[in-house]
Amino acid sequence: MTKKALLTAASLVALGQAAAAEVKVGMVVTLSGPPAALGQQAVDGFQLALDELGGTLGGEPAELIVEDDELKPDVALTKANSLIESEEVDFVVGTIFSNMLQAIFRPITESETFLISPNAGPSTFAGRNCNPYFFVTSYQNNQNAEVMGAYAQNAGLSNVFLIAPNYQAGRDNLEGFRMHYEGEIAGEVYVPLDHQDFSAEIARIATSDADAVFAFTPGGLGVRFVRQFDDAGLSDRIQFMSVFTTDETTLPAQQDAAEGFIAAGNWAPDTDNEASQAFVAAFEEEFGYVPGGYAMQAYDAAKLIDSAVAAVGGDLSDKDALRAALEAADFQSLRGDFSFSANHYPVQDFYQLTVAQRDDGAWVTSMGELVFDDYADSFAEECSM
Amino acid sequence: MSTTLILIQVLNGLQLGVILFLIAAGLTLVFGVMGFINLAHGVQYMLGAYLAVWLYGATGSFIAAFLLALPLALVLGLVLEFLVFRHLYARDHLSQVLATFGVILFLNQLVEVIFGPAALTVEVPQFLDWSFELVPGLLYPAYRVALIVAGLLVAAALWYVITRTRVGMLIRAGATNPEMVSALGVNVRQLFLVVFGFGAMLAGLAGVLAAPVFSVEPGMGDDLLIVAFVVIIIGGAGSIRGAFVAALLVGLVDTLGRTLVTDGLRLAMDASAANQIGPAIASMLIYVLMALVLFWRPEGLFAAKVTR
Repeated sequence: MTKKALLTAASLVALGQAAAAEVKVGMVVTLSGPPAALGQQAVDGFQLALDELGGTLGGEPAELIVEDDELKPDVALTKANSLIESEEVDFVVGTIFSNMLQAIFRPITESETFLISPNAGPSTFAGRNCNPYFFVTSYQNNQNAEVMGAYAQNAGLSNVFLIAPNYQAGRDNLEGFRMHYEGEIAGEVYVPLDHQDFSAEIARIATSDADAVFAFTPGGLGVRFVRQFDDAGLSDRIQFMSVFTTDETTLPAQQDAAEGFIAAGNWAPDTDNEASQAFVAAFEEEFGYVPGGYAMQAYDAAKLIDSAVAAVGGDLSDKDALRAALEAADFQSLRGDFSFSANHYPVQDFYQLTVAQRDDGAWVTSMGELVFDDYADSFAEECSM
Repeated sequence: MSTTLILIQVLNGLQLGVILFLIAAGLTLVFGVMGFINLAHGVQYMLGAYLAVWLYGATGSFIAAFLLALPLALVLGLVLEFLVFRHLYARDHLSQVLATFGVILFLNQLVEVIFGPAALTVEVPQFLDWSFELVPGLLYPAYRVALIVAGLLVAAALWYVITRTRVGMLIRAGATNPEMVSALGVNVRQLFLVVFGFGAMLAGLAGVLAAPVFSVEPGMGDDLLIVAFVVIIIGGAGSIRGAFVAALLVGLVDTLGRTLVTDGLRLAMDASAANQIGPAIASMLIYVLMALVLFWRPEGLFAAKVTR
């Protein structure tokens, strides 16, 4: 190719970009491997919001670019760099997993692109390292466990057995549970992340006098643990409480083994408000499965961007105005009350959820009692911005 | 730490050992007889589990799924042998490792495309869906006991085939001195095919048996494969007897270690430190065991190969 042709091609590309959408959103989520279901929920939730808005965000034509981080930090970083450098997106929505967020956080926020997490909410960026370009529409990672601990305390459970995989998030979640729970700990067990057979741990639980179990066993780990726990006949006499263990991504495999199990969260598919009901109906119609929190939080992320772009009248160049518009969180969240704390993590209500079968046969989490009203995370006060 | 708990853990250890044995038996023969490093052996375990998911769904009967899955696992193993492995026997170990690793990537991705990335489950068959009450309040599923029994039966059958039949004699001879067997006019290629198909079927059987207990997901065989290699190193490459003893040993050490190490450490230090260190030490135990065996008996406990 001659130099001239190259130049022509380059200008054509530039033209193409100029003619493209006004608001560009890049999404970095996990879409391969066993946790792909989580990323898919986020993509589908965001897409549904975009469809409802007629392909616009804040009244401007919008474009969504979806990237798979493959649950590898280096891949996440490459994808994020390509989004901010060659695609020049206005917003990055991601990620599902906290370690992926750690990988893409600096390049994105340093390029002064707004990063909105639909799920990962590590403590790392909630306290002193909070960032003006970073927002979270989910929760601080430990909050669900804190809620579960508070529930256990309120419910009068006095001897709880703790189990989690042996890595940082596992320890964080058990620590979170202890924050509001003051009873006895019957035992504390850490298993490998790829643990297959829980019978050894189940035997310990059964012989431990525990009146309840608190588990943080995400994904396939939770599928195995819940089924084996139920097979061992413990469901009837030991209350099973968990976070990220019995949700809409694992319940299709757990089904009746998880019946009556308790979880904690900021939303459930049967949340009683009109917007949420309409969202669940539209989501199931469009994608053929029950949306979980991952889908809801991504949908809210889209609505948040929509509200902010509208507030600044489509002018995305004034970053301070755009930030102020995001901070206002002037949108209708599917979970009801929603606002941002000083660290851009949400202030929201938390509930105890119960696993139940819906009339149409699908296994879902169902709203239980309100545990915390307008609950903010405990790191916000360390954040100064 | 009660005796009941230890008893339960011994049962659990046996169960893990039996599954490991079924995987390691094929691997040790392929490695011992053919000198072929097949990293894709764990994939055959995964394929067995997916066959169980698919056939159980299609036929509605676990027995039918079980009976159909075995020949299909055999066929899949032979297809892989024909398409890929056959061309690698003469190559060096590095090529074998690279190519069979490629097979892992390919097949893990393939099942993800076909069955989706989410973990699937297989219901425990109706006739085994009941439990023993081991201690008041703790049920031990009958299926797990059946799994141990099935594994021991297969081990007995294998022992018979290997020690009492002509094919078994050739396999033993092949493991000890393949050149001599070949020189005596035995069709080694054919022997390899038999060994390979047999190994694939055993791994598939392990997958089918494990499907109702564990979750079925892409890549489920990869972790077990590493442990299976530990088993054949401890047992001695090419020795079915070694694989059996080593599999049970590894199963017991791993399961009991996970309980006993943390508890033992709690006696010596405070609970949170024990919780930090315990799982780390427990997960190393089988490798420590392997290192010790390698130190005292570098050829494994029951080495088949003569030192040359």
